[in-house]
Amino acid sequence: MKFNLKIWRQKNANAPGKLVDYKIDNVSEDMSLLEMMDVLNEDLVRKNEEPVAFDHDCREGICGMCSMYINGRAHGPVKASTTCQLYMRNFTDGETITIEPFRAAAFPVIRDLAVTRSAFDRIIAKGGFVSVSTGKAQDANNLPVPKEDADKAMDAAACIGCGACAAACPNASAMLFVSAKVAHLSLLPQGQVERKERALAMINQMDEEGFGSCTNIGACEAECPKEISLENIARLNREYIYATVAK
Amino acid sequence: MQADISLSKRLTSSIGKKIVVALTGVFLSLFLIIHLMGNLQLLKNDGGEAFNHYAEFMGHNPLIQFVSKINFAFILGHAFWGIFLAFKNRAARPTLYAVNKPGANSRWASRNMALLGTIIFVFIAVHLSKFWFVFHYGDIPFAEYHDGVTGEFSRIKDYATVVDIGFEQLWIVIFYVASMFALAFHLSHGVQSAFQTLGLNNKEFAPTLRTIGTVFAYGICALFAIIPVLMYLNITL
Repeated sequence: MKFNLKIWRQKNANAPGKLVDYKIDNVSEDMSLLEMMDVLNEDLVRKNEEPVAFDHDCREGICGMCSMYINGRAHGPVKASTTCQLYMRNFTDGETITIEPFRAAAFPVIRDLAVTRSAFDRIIAKGGFVSVSTGKAQDANNLPVPKEDADKAMDAAACIGCGACAAACPNASAMLFVSAKVAHLSLLPQGQVERKERALAMINQMDEEGFGSCTNIGACEAECPKEISLENIARLNREYIYATVAK
Repeated sequence: MQADISLSKRLTSSIGKKIVVALTGVFLSLFLIIHLMGNLQLLKNDGGEAFNHYAEFMGHNPLIQFVSKINFAFILGHAFWGIFLAFKNRAARPTLYAVNKPGANSRWASRNMALLGTIIFVFIAVHLSKFWFVFHYGDIPFAEYHDGVTGEFSRIKDYATVVDIGFEQLWIVIFYVASMFALAFHLSHGVQSAFQTLGLNNKEFAPTLRTIGTVFAYGICALFAIIPVLMYLNITL
């Protein structure tokens, strides 16, 4: 397969960037988009040009590093997928593929397609933890948690913090990310100690980072590689109201 | 964990702001039901008697007048918080995508609530100047009614005639119907969104909520819109 690529090139956080055209040939349809980027970069290195900087780590869909906005969608056109799980057979031969970094005030570009998502770490540091000693792993059923709660907490815990929610959100809001963390911990007994403060502290940090506010558009849920549900945002809102009233 | 976050900060945070928008929105949605019930009386073939009695009552009952002040405040509050929210959200993405396909993952109405709200705000301004202001301060004719049961005579302003004359002008009818489309789109996102914002939603309840929101939005607005059309065509029920 061959493609026309338009890739965002930007030297550093302060330099202006622009879309640069590349042509690539002999792409296997079984390559992931990241593997195609590898081939492109080898080609650029051979030509003594700067390779395209992009983030990647596990290449099995669980690390959430690949901060690429591909053809107008976070992680490209395939549902519930990261960029490493996006295969070239999902594109048509000869297609123009535009690849940009995730865009949000709170996700500044480091270089080319790599952005820093340290804002997420700072939000987690404000409340995405438990501070009670939970000892070693409990024996099964030693710590009774209703099945439904366990399932919902597990679903929320699937969030990999990739930032696709904020990247896809027209408001650049990180609400789905924050809600997944708050929901996960508020559903489990270990998370009860900080429950009254968690939502307040994390939302306050989210606002300070410059993320937008959720207006229930739902693009986040549609683009989330782990299919985190909007119901977590409803739960976060409940937790927030509860925290505001209770403390 | 430090949560020394002041109450005013809690209410102006990203969630605080949308809770204010949701609560005022719920109130305004309920107001629409009351307003619609009044308007539908315009379609009665009684020379406007039912509507005139209704409007006279609404205009002079102290409780209704008190609630109407709250209503005006909520319209302004809803609009200002909403615009405030929209500007803040715009600022959260200073560099736009060169290629973006928001239509692939979300509804147009949900992304354009501020635009739809602005159209509705302009409509409300025109609407108030054409009807509400004239009802209250305009020099309008009086109608006399005789209650067959109590034998009482009453002389009240003929509000229905003001509406009738208004809806003889085609541009007002078109403007009204177009505004109702904007309101329908606004509510089609807004009603279900208010439940979500207030935390009253989950995966199981979401489809029902979407249906309720959609039926409410299009139902209310269709009924509002049909009144000027029928009056323009001189059709009564």
